[in-house]
Amino acid sequence: MQPGISWMSRTTMADELRPGDVVETPRTDPPHHTRVPRYARGATGTVVDFEGEHPLPDNRARGIATAPESVYTVRFAGDQLFDGTDHDIVLSMWRSYLTKKADDE
Amino acid sequence: MSDHHDSPDATISARVRTIESRLEQLGLLDPRELDQAMAAFLSHASVGNGARVVARAWVDEGFRKRLLEDANAALPELGLSMSGGIRDQRLKVVPNTDSEHNVIVCTLCSCYPVALLGPSPTWYKSESYRSRVVREPRAVLHDFGYDVDPRMHITVWDANAETRYMVLPQRPADSAGLGEDELAQLVSRDGMIGVAPV
Repeated sequence: MQPGISWMSRTTMADELRPGDVVETPRTDPPHHTRVPRYARGATGTVVDFEGEHPLPDNRARGIATAPESVYTVRFAGDQLFDGTDHDIVLSMWRSYLTKKADDE
Repeated sequence: MSDHHDSPDATISARVRTIESRLEQLGLLDPRELDQAMAAFLSHASVGNGARVVARAWVDEGFRKRLLEDANAALPELGLSMSGGIRDQRLKVVPNTDSEHNVIVCTLCSCYPVALLGPSPTWYKSESYRSRVVREPRAVLHDFGYDVDPRMHITVWDANAETRYMVLPQRPADSAGLGEDELAQLVSRDGMIGVAPV
């Protein structure tokens, strides 16, 4: 990314995410490589940062041509993922993995 | 842990050798190419690099801010970079505070800031560490002999994509008066992974 260009300006797509957005990860187990760890499936977290744009590994691993897409840092409360825990877990998530939850949810 | 008698390193080494020889058979890889790349990379990759970064952050508040804001932009101030590998990797430095402790892991494989910490320890790549530290970090840290104050919040950073993490430990209270080089001597690899206080 060029200096001075804000992280939102690379795309005009309305589906880009911002820090503070509440997002949900996929619930399903895909029949191919993915970077969503099994323990983080179907979890709700909060976008905290933008990491740049990278091709979706799920496609690259299958030899499918794929354009770079936004990757976000997402923070999850540990008890979203493991019962009885009080820590947080931070993961990187490609845009394709995330469903933005409505503000009133 | 699995019941394999081989150590994780031995298992990984065997797999790597198999893949390497297959790539050579297919003519996709020149054996010397890989050796040269590894030698060049590892000659610069050592835990001393990370320790220098930490010590500088302890003595220079401006550097600390720049490091936490954009680590890749701050590293060249110490003659360091994250570009030694296949491509320039994004580095995120996460600071320990009085109320927050950080620990790093790669649950999917073994991603690690090699340029700053040198080759990763075997336990970092073990299934046991990778699966347990996201579930019960306090218990794992206890096994390392480090009991985190129960009032401290813990964040586990799972390097599942293109970002590498390094922990910025807190400066020891009894280190007043020490110079930057002496401070760097206090910093351990485990401290920068987050399984030790410093």
